[in-house]
Amino acid sequence: MASREEIMAKVEALIGPFNNKGVALKDATTFAGDLEWDSLTVMDFVAAVEDEFDIIITMNMQAEIETVGQLADAVAKLMDN
Amino acid sequence: MTDLLSKFDPLIQERETLLATGVKDPFSLVMEEVKSPTVAVCNGKETILLGTYNYMGMTFDDDVREAGLTALKEFGSGTTGSRVLNGTYSPHRDCEEALKEFYDMDHAMVFSTGYQANLGIISTLAGKGDYVILDIDSHASIYDGCAMGNAEVVAFRHNDVEALEKRLKRLPAEAGKLVVLEGVYSMLGDVAPLKEMIRVCMENGAMTLVDEAHSMGFIGDNGRGVCEEQGVIDDVDFIIGTFSKSVGTVGGFCVSNHPKFEIMRLVCRPYVFTASLPPSVMATASTSIRKLMHSGNKRAHLWENSKKLHKGLRDLGFELGTPEAQSAIIAVIMPDLERGAMMWQALLAEGLYVNLARPPATPANMTLLRCSLCAEHTSEQVDQILGMFKAAGKAVGAI
Repeated sequence: MASREEIMAKVEALIGPFNNKGVALKDATTFAGDLEWDSLTVMDFVAAVEDEFDIIITMNMQAEIETVGQLADAVAKLMDN
Repeated sequence: MTDLLSKFDPLIQERETLLATGVKDPFSLVMEEVKSPTVAVCNGKETILLGTYNYMGMTFDDDVREAGLTALKEFGSGTTGSRVLNGTYSPHRDCEEALKEFYDMDHAMVFSTGYQANLGIISTLAGKGDYVILDIDSHASIYDGCAMGNAEVVAFRHNDVEALEKRLKRLPAEAGKLVVLEGVYSMLGDVAPLKEMIRVCMENGAMTLVDEAHSMGFIGDNGRGVCEEQGVIDDVDFIIGTFSKSVGTVGGFCVSNHPKFEIMRLVCRPYVFTASLPPSVMATASTSIRKLMHSGNKRAHLWENSKKLHKGLRDLGFELGTPEAQSAIIAVIMPDLERGAMMWQALLAEGLYVNLARPPATPANMTLLRCSLCAEHTSEQVDQILGMFKAAGKAVGAI
């Protein structure tokens, strides 16, 4: 079972290629506001996260996830199930 | 008081900025006179129509119009009622018979629009706890059907078979799954790899629905769509379509061989809680559908037109949505909304109407000049169209 820290590290690594502005990542970093991602970038990133952890993040769930920390929590929960 | 319309301020601002550059509003065109499926009068000028989805040119077919007039006289102007109460007349039943003949399927259900067919069928099939797996570039009516049914929505990359398969394998085996695909995607006019996709769906226990709105009447030996062309029509659970494109009137439908399909008439809210289509519309639709069964020559001419326009635009230097013509939709990719609107206006000044398509309707935030050909366009009209694109493209610096 991956720890929250391990998940966060992997999530940050996956954000890397899409982090064009070089934003410093914290739990509270937002995808739309801080990273300024458009819907296309979000789709590519979500696909990368899904493949890394072998999970599905439905669009219903995506609508609730605004920050990097919320994503790490959601991934941890999905891997528990 | 919070003004509930203030959330649209950014869009209002964007429109004002665009119109301030001097371009005409591309979303408020009026056709003063319609002379044929391919020619109308706009702003007093005779204009070739190249953005109407009227693929088979049935809107002015003599038999179709005659059938509509007869039904209008015999059955009146409207039904004033739901299909399940007082709104089913014999023309409605006959229209569903025509669809069953056209698709060679057991069941057909007619809705008031294509939008409502997707809304109704998807929301009724996939409810809370079920999964809808859809292509990210799906039409708004598909997304809205998902939202209305409260299903869990899983999107995969456009036309990517592997991405679809991976996601299907990750979902709980016992969960209800509906994969929604389109035969032709309307923005770029590209065709889905249905043969591989339907196989993957079957291997993973998912039911399948294919929207053939932009392929009916044109693609496939009998005009049944991309499912027919790729040999998977017998493996698909539901086909959705519309009367507002090749059929040339208005309405939507779902056809299926599922033995329990008829129960949908009682449980599908967008079917039950709205008035049925006027009998004249049903008569025009069924006449048109039956004629489309035997329109091989028109299909061949439409392919010629599509390939000719595609090659001509490519040779002029325009960037197109597909490497070759895959359907009767040819999408010209413009660099941004402002230049798209300028080009659209320049084409209209030349006497050509195309669709200006913009985000959020388009994928990847693209601005498109979307052309849809008609089987009634003559080869000479396609030459004229290419001349207009050349003149307008040079005038606004697009080529």
